[in-house]
Amino acid sequence: MTSEQKNQERYEIRFSGSGGQGLITAAVVFAEAVGVYDGKHVCQTQSYGPEARGGKSKAEVVVSRSPIDYPKALELDLLLAMNQAACDAYFYDLKPNGILVIDSGLVEQQPTSRIIAIPFTQIAKEEIGRELVANMVALGAIGLLSGQVDLENLEKALLARVPKGTEEMNSKALKRGIEEAGKIKLDDLPRSVMSEDDEV
Amino acid sequence: MSDKAKQRYLLQGNEAIVQGALAAGCRFFAGYPITPASEIAEQLSITLPAVDGTFIQMEDEIASMGAIIGASLSGVKAMTATSGPGFSLMQENLGFACVAEVPCVVVNVMRGGPSTGLPTCPAQGDVQMARWGTHGDHPIVVLSVSTVMDSFTITVKAFNIAEKYRVPVILLSDEVVAHTRECVELPDAEEIKVVDRITPSVPPEWYKPYEGDARGVPPMAAFGDGYRHHVTGLIHDEMGYPTQRPSEVKAFHERLTKKITRGFPDIQMTRGYYLDDAEVFVVAYGAVARSALRAVEDARENGVKAGLLQLITLFPFPRRALTPLLDQCRAVLVPEMNLGQISREVQRVNNGECVVAKHNRIDGKFITPRELFDRLMKL
Amino acid sequence: MPIPAQALRHEYLRHNKKFPHVWCPGCGNGIVMGALLRAVSRLEIDKDEIVLASGIGCSGRMPTYLDFNTLHTTHGRALTFATGVKLANPSMNVIAIMGDGDSTAIGGNHFIHAARRNLNLTAIIINNSIYGMTGGQYSPTTPFGSKSTTSVYGHIEHAFSIAELAVTAGASFVARATVYHADLIDRLIEQAINKRGFAVVEVISNCHIQYGRRNKLGGAVDMLTSFKEQAVSVSRAEKMSHEELEGKTTIGVLADREIPISTEEYKKVREQARAQKEKV
Repeated sequence: MTSEQKNQERYEIRFSGSGGQGLITAAVVFAEAVGVYDGKHVCQTQSYGPEARGGKSKAEVVVSRSPIDYPKALELDLLLAMNQAACDAYFYDLKPNGILVIDSGLVEQQPTSRIIAIPFTQIAKEEIGRELVANMVALGAIGLLSGQVDLENLEKALLARVPKGTEEMNSKALKRGIEEAGKIKLDDLPRSVMSEDDEV
Repeated sequence: MSDKAKQRYLLQGNEAIVQGALAAGCRFFAGYPITPASEIAEQLSITLPAVDGTFIQMEDEIASMGAIIGASLSGVKAMTATSGPGFSLMQENLGFACVAEVPCVVVNVMRGGPSTGLPTCPAQGDVQMARWGTHGDHPIVVLSVSTVMDSFTITVKAFNIAEKYRVPVILLSDEVVAHTRECVELPDAEEIKVVDRITPSVPPEWYKPYEGDARGVPPMAAFGDGYRHHVTGLIHDEMGYPTQRPSEVKAFHERLTKKITRGFPDIQMTRGYYLDDAEVFVVAYGAVARSALRAVEDARENGVKAGLLQLITLFPFPRRALTPLLDQCRAVLVPEMNLGQISREVQRVNNGECVVAKHNRIDGKFITPRELFDRLMKL
Repeated sequence: MPIPAQALRHEYLRHNKKFPHVWCPGCGNGIVMGALLRAVSRLEIDKDEIVLASGIGCSGRMPTYLDFNTLHTTHGRALTFATGVKLANPSMNVIAIMGDGDSTAIGGNHFIHAARRNLNLTAIIINNSIYGMTGGQYSPTTPFGSKSTTSVYGHIEHAFSIAELAVTAGASFVARATVYHADLIDRLIEQAINKRGFAVVEVISNCHIQYGRRNKLGGAVDMLTSFKEQAVSVSRAEKMSHEELEGKTTIGVLADREIPISTEEYKKVREQARAQKEKV
C-alpha cells in the first residue's frame, strides 16, 4: 500500500472542550467500539495536563484499516468542540472538507458555515435529565456523522464502560445524539470549512 | 493455539507493560507514585495480589529499587516503574543490581527534564542516564518501546533477558506510548516464551555463587534454598566475598562484560523498514520511530529512497545492525526528543563516510512526521 | 545455660571466609555479633531460614562473616532490601544490622517507614555516635558539643534518640542495651526476633578509635565502664525525674505492643483481589 492510500484510510477525530465534560471517556468508548468490536486499527490519545478538572481538554481517535504509525491527529476529519475556546483553538486543524461539530448552546461564534450545531448539553439536561451525559449525546452524533463505527458496537462499548446503574441513561443519551445527527444532511453543507473567498 | 479469534483489548502503553510483566512471571512490584508512570503501579496493585504476587508502595524510589532487588534475591521476578526524577534516585541501587547480578526490570516512562522538568510532556532525555547513570564502568541492557503491543512483548523480553543474563534491564517508554490507547491481541500464555533464571545444580558445599557458567552467568540460588551465600555491592571473588586482589577484580569486570557481549545476537534487537535499497535512512526509537516510519513512506512516495532502522535495544548499542547501513547510505537522520543522545552513538560507530544529521526537539512536543519528511527531502 | 564460644564459632562463622575481620581491637561490633549468635542459637532457628542484611559502615561487614543468607547492601538501604526479601518469602527470619549514620541519616526515611509499615523484621542498630569507617565524622547521634573530624570546634547539632524515634514511628517492639550489657543484648535480640512485627534493638557501642579518642573518653574498657555507669533500667527510669535522667541511658524494653503486621494484612488483600478477579 502506498502512503497516499494509507493517508486516505486514516480518519481522525478530536473531542475537545473543557475538563470535566467527559471528552476522554467519549473518545475511549469510540476507540473501543472501533478497535475491539469493529476490529479496525485505532489509536486514542489525549492532552494530559496536571490540572484535575476544568481547563482545556482534548482527546483524539485515529482510525484506519492498516496499522497506524503516527498515533496523534495530523489533519482532522472531524472536530467536536464543546466550548468556544476549543473551537477557536482547534478549528484550523480541520481538513478543508472536514466536519466541525459544536455544542450550539456553548459555542456562540461559529468560524465557518460548514458546521453541525447541536445543543448537546441542553438535550442532556432537559431530555435525559443529567447534564453529565452531554458527552454521550455528542458521541452518538459523532458515531453517525463520522461513518467510522458500527452504531450497535458503539452502544455495546458504551455499556461496557459506564458505571452500573447508569446504562439506561447513557444509552438513551447516545441514541438521542444519533437521532439528532440523523436530521443533518451532510451534502447540504458547504463543501469546505473555508469560505468561498479563501479557496484558491 | 486455539482457532478462536483472540480477544482484542484497548490498552494504554502502561497497561500493556503490566500485562507483559504478569505474562513474564513478574510477581513483585515496588514503586513510588510519579507521572507518567503511575498507572503501572495502580494496575499492579490490583492484579498482583490476585496471582499471589506482591505489590508495595515504598517511601521513595531508592527504597523501591532496594525492595525489588531483595525480592529477586528471594527468587521472585521483580520490577519497578518510574519516570526521570525517580530514575535518578534509583541509580545507586541499580549499580548494586549490576554488581551483584540481580535480575530485575526497571521501567522508566520518560518525561521532559532535567529535574521536575515537564511532568506531563514526552521526552527521550534519559537515554544516556540509562546507559551511564549509575557510577562506575558497567554493562547494561536498555530497551525501548514504540507501540502498545511493544509495551507488552518487549516487557516480556526484558524479563527474559534479565533472568537469562542475571542483569537489571531498563525499559524506556515515553509519555506518548504510555498514554496512547491501541487495540492489541494478547498472545495466550502457551505462546509466550518465558525464561527463568538458572539455579545451581550442585550441592551447597560445592556452590560458588559468582562463578560464571559457559556463558559467564552464575547459576543463582535464592535465599532460603539452603545455599546460604553472600551478596554484596563490593567487588567480590567467585565465592561472593569482597576482594581487592587485582587479578580477581579484573576477572570480575571481564566476566560481567563478556556475558553481555556473548549475548549480542540475542539482546540486540532492531527493526528495519525499506532498507534494502535505501540511500538515506533514519535511526529512531520509542514513539519517534512511528513519526519516522510515516515520514520515510512519504519520502518514498516523493522519490527519495529512504529507510528506517528502529532500535528496540539502545544498549548494548546495536552497532552490527548499523554499520552496513552506514556504509550503504549517504546520510542518516537521527530524530530524538532530546539534544542528541543516540546520534552521538551513531556518530561513534560511523566510519566517517555517511553524513549523520540530527533532528532534536526538547520543547515537550512530539516530533511530527512532517518535520522529518522535510528533513529527509533535503538530506 | 551458657553456650561455649567455640561451639558458636564453629556453627555460625564462615570457615571459607578469609578472616580476620575489619573491626578494630576492642570494637563493640564483636559483642553484638556474639549476642546475635547466642540469640539465634537459643532460638534454634535453622541457619537456612535467616537472612542477615546490612548497610555500609563497620557494622555492614558483619554478614560477611556469618553463615546465614547474607546481604551487604548499599549505605542506609538495608531495610529496603530486607523489605523485598521478607515480602517475597515471608517464612524467612529477616534481620537488618545497621549503624547509627546508616539507619538514621542516609537511611532515616527507610527506618521510620519500616517502623510505620510494621513488617515482621528485626532491626539491630549499633549506635557508636560516629562514622567510624570513613574516619570519624559526626553522625545523627553524635552528642552536642562533641568533637569529630567534621566538628573539630564542637558539634552544634543535637542527637537523635534512636529507640525513642522507633517508638514514635510505630515499631511493635523497641529495646535498648549497651555493649557493656552483653547478656541483656542476647535476650533483647531473642525477644526481637520472636516478636511478630517490626522490632528494633538499639545497642549503644564504643568507637574508642574515632569517637572516644577525640573526646577524651579513654579506651574501650573506659568507654564500656562509663556505659555501665550511665545505664538505667526502664523500670528505674520511670521513677526518676527529668533532671536525674540527664546523661543517663535507659536500657531494657521501651515498647512492646501488638500491631497488625502488614504481611498478615496483605493476605487479606490477596483474598479480596482473588475474589474480585473471579467475579470479572
